[in-house]
Amino acid sequence: MSYVDDGFYERIVASFRDWARPELEVTDVATRDECRRLLEREARLLDEGRYEDWLALYADECVVWVPAAERPGDPRREVTVFFDDRQRLEDRIFRLRTGKAWSQMPPSRTVRMVSNVEVFRAAEKLMVRSNLLLAELRGGETRQLGAWCAHRLAHGKIEAKQINLLERDQSLRNPSVLL
Amino acid sequence: MSTSIFFEHLVQEDRVHRSIYTDPLIFELEMTHIFGGVWCYLAHESQLPRPDDYLTGKLGLRPIIVVRDSSGKLRALFNRCTHRGARVCRETRGSARTFQCPYHGWTYFNTGKLRGVPWPEGYACDFAEGKYNLAQVPRVESYRGFIFGTLNADAPPLSDYLGAAKRPIDEWLDRNPGSRVVLAEANRLKFKGNWKLAYDNAADGYHVLFSHRSLLETENRHAADPTKGMSFYMGKPDEAPMYVQYFGRGHHFKDKRPNIERRPGALWEIEGAQPGMAAYEKLIRERLGAKALRALDLAASEPVNINIFPNLSILGNHIQVFQPLAVDETESVWYATAIVDESNELEGMADAVNAIRMRTQESFPNFGEVDDAANFEEIQKGLAACEDEWVYMHRGLGIPGRVQRLADGTLKAPATDEVFMREHMKEWQRLMTARPNIQLAR
Repeated sequence: MSYVDDGFYERIVASFRDWARPELEVTDVATRDECRRLLEREARLLDEGRYEDWLALYADECVVWVPAAERPGDPRREVTVFFDDRQRLEDRIFRLRTGKAWSQMPPSRTVRMVSNVEVFRAAEKLMVRSNLLLAELRGGETRQLGAWCAHRLAHGKIEAKQINLLERDQSLRNPSVLL
Repeated sequence: MSTSIFFEHLVQEDRVHRSIYTDPLIFELEMTHIFGGVWCYLAHESQLPRPDDYLTGKLGLRPIIVVRDSSGKLRALFNRCTHRGARVCRETRGSARTFQCPYHGWTYFNTGKLRGVPWPEGYACDFAEGKYNLAQVPRVESYRGFIFGTLNADAPPLSDYLGAAKRPIDEWLDRNPGSRVVLAEANRLKFKGNWKLAYDNAADGYHVLFSHRSLLETENRHAADPTKGMSFYMGKPDEAPMYVQYFGRGHHFKDKRPNIERRPGALWEIEGAQPGMAAYEKLIRERLGAKALRALDLAASEPVNINIFPNLSILGNHIQVFQPLAVDETESVWYATAIVDESNELEGMADAVNAIRMRTQESFPNFGEVDDAANFEEIQKGLAACEDEWVYMHRGLGIPGRVQRLADGTLKAPATDEVFMREHMKEWQRLMTARPNIQLAR
């Protein structure tokens, strides 16, 4: 049974609210480096199409939340670009592996740049803010997606990731790569 | 060659010419004859609940402001300053009694009437003359929350335009508490292809098993027998009880409901697994007992596609809008809908239903539409082969008894038949050769 229930939503919404506060910033170099390395590893595994290894970076009870609203609200009351628990992330990988996901046949080539990494400690968790620039080559054409991301980390795993696309409330050109 | 012979050549009984998808001049004509000449969907009333609420959008390529003016009347103003042509409103939505052009400061009431200009003493004209007001769409009407507009003074009343399509729209609304829905954000995609590729696809039962193969396999990956989602297309879909119906005026209907038993919970049973389903199902069953299945069906996708020519498709729980951007570029916006339960029919469970319903509505745009959009782009690329002129849509044509004409004049055919496409192309051809009586109000 999926772990997503009303309490799970409650906690997710709460933990992605008002966390990038200066007094919560982590200045310890080793912690910051550990976080940055995790984000860079995540980007590389996605770029290399190693989706199972990528998903292994996530906690058992995880979520990837990509809001669709200009000012994101409660995902229980508004549709998102996607709000995936582990099962739907596995579904996403399964779909790409069927060989019949025509939007990814042949697969896009991608390069993810991760930068501007800042680390905060909120409610016993590490919250990492970063900027993402994703270049995607598909059908002979390169296009870009920009976003700022928030990773919630605990015990070295990603528990939750929020991707705030620049174009979240605008039309995305076939968003079929894993984010 | 006269225009009518030209268009007669492009739309034939069994096929259409590639240029109707690729020719910029034909696209330009469509922006008047179709996106202007017929009723086009503009917005949903739930986006404009209060006086002064507005949103910006497009009618064809024309920038518009759809607004509920201060007196409550729905209007579609051209978002174009009468003075020099700049867009007067640059927000996507909001609330405003007036719109002030940021270029020279001309200001308009949300009725479109000019309120004033800076230093009027420098003009010899009379600004009370109507010609200085914002242009607006002369006819804006709403059918049960769906707001449409047309520039054609000779268009029939909206209710007549929708015609037989009103029945499934009514049924789609009436299954919800209070017989209505509200919009709840959207999944928005765009593809490098002509808008008609999306409209042709809207009732296409022939593509499902192929274009959406990955979705069907994914939804059914844990099932012993594939029963989830649109798996009823497997085997022999034309022998299944679902059907496609052509309503006239370019509107059509894919009704998949007959494939599913008519009992509470039958829709819920075929819904694929989505985040939060199990926990909320438990909650709803505990609270509602025997009434739980009806509530759960509201979180599941309604198996209909109701397509209103040229730019609206009501499908599943979505309100999908096709927005042409150029001859070879189109937006496909999937507005999600939520239920509202003011009379508390669901005993406080509407929020739980919506919490599932938001996730079920993310499924198709993520796992299905992306593959269609990729295929539409591939058609547009393929059509660059200019000597290979024809695109076929003759599935079912010439097979005796396959298409039935019903007593109300509508046409009914098996689910994978392309009769709906041939018929909306005939309507397209008729409209492209007609002379719409285009008028602006001010």
